[in-house]
Amino acid sequence: MALLRRSETVIAGILLLAMVLIGTINPAFWQLDNLFSLMRSNVIIGIMAMGVLLVLISGGIDVSFPAFAVAAMYLTIKGMLALGYNGVVLPLLAATLMGLAFGAVNGFFVYKFRMIPLIVTLGTSAMVRGFLLGVVGTSMININKMPTALIDFARTDVVSVTKADGTTYGLTAMVLIYLGLALAMHLVLRYTMIGRSAYALGGDPEAARRAGFDLRKTIFFIYCVAGALAGFAGLLHSGMIWLANPRDFVGLELDVIAAVVLGGASIFGGRGSVLGTMLGVFMLVMVKNSLIIMRVDTTWQLVVVGLIVIAATALSAWRDRRRAA
Amino acid sequence: MSDGFIELRNIRKVFAGVVALDAMSLVIKPGEIHCLAGENGSGKSTVIKIMSGVYQPDGGELLIDGKTMPDMSPIEAIAHGVQVIYQDFSLFGNLTVAENLAMNVHLGEKRRLMNWRRTRAIAREAVDRLGVELDLDAEVASLPTAGKQLVAIARALMSDARLIIMDEPTTALTRKEVETLFRIVRDIQARGIAILFVSHKMREMLEISERITVIRNGRKVAEGPTGDFDEALITRHMTGGDILNQPYVWTPPPGPPPVPRLEIRGLTVPGKCEDLSLAIRPGEIVGLSGLLGSGRTDLALALFGMAPRYEGEILIDGAPVRLRTTQEAIAAGIAYVPEDRLTEGLFLPQSIKRNMLATSYERLAPKLVIDRERAEEMTQGMVRAMQIATPTAEKPVMQLSGGNQQRVVLARWLLTDARVLILNGPTVGVDVGSKAEIHAKIRELAQHHGLAVLMISDDVLELVQNCNRIVLMHRGRFIEDLPAAAVTEETVSDRLKTFT
Repeated sequence: MALLRRSETVIAGILLLAMVLIGTINPAFWQLDNLFSLMRSNVIIGIMAMGVLLVLISGGIDVSFPAFAVAAMYLTIKGMLALGYNGVVLPLLAATLMGLAFGAVNGFFVYKFRMIPLIVTLGTSAMVRGFLLGVVGTSMININKMPTALIDFARTDVVSVTKADGTTYGLTAMVLIYLGLALAMHLVLRYTMIGRSAYALGGDPEAARRAGFDLRKTIFFIYCVAGALAGFAGLLHSGMIWLANPRDFVGLELDVIAAVVLGGASIFGGRGSVLGTMLGVFMLVMVKNSLIIMRVDTTWQLVVVGLIVIAATALSAWRDRRRAA
Repeated sequence: MSDGFIELRNIRKVFAGVVALDAMSLVIKPGEIHCLAGENGSGKSTVIKIMSGVYQPDGGELLIDGKTMPDMSPIEAIAHGVQVIYQDFSLFGNLTVAENLAMNVHLGEKRRLMNWRRTRAIAREAVDRLGVELDLDAEVASLPTAGKQLVAIARALMSDARLIIMDEPTTALTRKEVETLFRIVRDIQARGIAILFVSHKMREMLEISERITVIRNGRKVAEGPTGDFDEALITRHMTGGDILNQPYVWTPPPGPPPVPRLEIRGLTVPGKCEDLSLAIRPGEIVGLSGLLGSGRTDLALALFGMAPRYEGEILIDGAPVRLRTTQEAIAAGIAYVPEDRLTEGLFLPQSIKRNMLATSYERLAPKLVIDRERAEEMTQGMVRAMQIATPTAEKPVMQLSGGNQQRVVLARWLLTDARVLILNGPTVGVDVGSKAEIHAKIRELAQHHGLAVLMISDDVLELVQNCNRIVLMHRGRFIEDLPAAAVTEETVSDRLKTFT
């Protein structure tokens, strides 16, 4: 019974049902190459979703991470080209740190001025994007200029299969990075005091303050981690698509927030889990992917994502009210 | 005089030029149950915050075990064994009972990691120590109020408490839950832990405490063993007995009895109140009292159209009306000033004018556009008539004192040409001076405007002074209708005591 009441179980059930439904309409869904490509599409959204999950649990919201991701990615690659550096670990570290620094700005305003996170992150998002395009540049960096080490790294497969017609396809190793980060986030949320402090803050900020949590530490940690994950995901993304586009990720915040809310995190704070978020990400990616396969127009995809946000939020609001009663 | 565990000596605390506490003294002896009594706004919560280190006093001394504690922080207060159970319990509704209980231990040990097995063990011990049944894995938000309070008490006990301060602990409890709470409190006392009850409920104070300190307007006005006090005396100290009031006399006009302004016949709200019949004639002020949960507020809400599924009849000036929405109630001439005017009745950041006109906009804008001149005229007239102390009607209501805020609410209803005025706790949180003025205003409204007033209050003195009749309610029924002659503070208090 306890298992049935958990939101993760419900989400997993809905996911399975949706998979069966989509598989019936389009049997190609169950083919291994489609599943591999689905999982590949999970990586970037999933990593960003981990950051958004943390922010949502603490009772905040973050719409700035796509801007941070694109800025960290573009600046890092510009820097690599300028220095003629071709590597993987240092650039990823640099992008992560850049994201972290951006996140610290969010944390500063949220903590110091007790501002509403939505407004803060809207503002930083606009500033970072504007700065990037105005000062750093607007030109795309294509495959011919992209650092080869990044592309080679992002191309690594865990398994690869050769089809009858001689073409090969594989499951990207980036999935392992995603799973690793998700596991790390799960451990942080569940087994560290800083993780529990995020839940406490999201549950009742006043009580958290009275209990003696260092909320400055908690808030900075939350927004820094969200920024760092975004920066990391941004650079990884450019390696995976062989392209650094300074106008990338526009509108991605909606997808990621939709996925996290779909995964059972409460928009009011205090509730949410990594497993649920991963299921939510998978569901969202799968729905969008199926819409593409079914040749649904991109504008209609937006409508579907919007519907998912509203429906999932309404559902979780209803659930929270029922629990409180 | 340092036999106390904690002692406040001549404490002074000023907020933005407003003196919250002045020459406040309080001694709590080890292991005693002490009551700090005072009305809302008397400075009780400031006292709690000073004792728990949340505020630092601007003058005077705080002593623990006879030693002065300058600039005590909340952490130091906890280290010395001072624990506060706030009215909202300060619990995390989204976390389990176990985690709520163990949280402070983990924080106190400055742990970085969360050990769930240890969390459960700590919680189990805390619950066992209190001797109650609690599901450790339940989410706190799913517990009833009494359950949440148990979690808060269990948590307070864990930290080697020497004093537990309970802020209005019985507010949302049923009588039975209050008894359980008192049993637990005596049990805690038996272990040598002092309890400070902060309350304005006299009956409960007299029942549980050994000593009482009464605070009024930021000063200690009385102190002594509970045996020296009775309800009337505490009330007098709390409200400042020097304000004497002439009882309100209503004489029916000569000739045939006038048609009641408000009459209810067999009013029943399923599960809340049953078969209530009452008639209030023009100019009458009828008091309504009873314990929390007696159905008195439900009656008020039904009359204000907020219990659409009521049964029975409601008549205004002899004409039957059906009140299914607040709009219908307002149209019928009923005005309701809710219990918590701050959360239910006023738009605090908005101007006096907007608040006053909130229910009159429909009349002011017959053709979609608001008649600004008339709005201004009406507001100015009301500010003068209600003697609201403000330079301009554009001032936000939250900048007014409690008494002036209450006048704004009254003014709003007068503008709707109300014929029946229902007041729920009309002077809760209002200082003594304003209280008398509000009472005078209410009387004037009844006497000169022919309103029928139903005044619901916990404050027996308030009812006795202002009502020509008092109806007592218990478990959803009217128990007694005391006529003017029978209305004295003693009789009403005595009757109320028999209800449990």
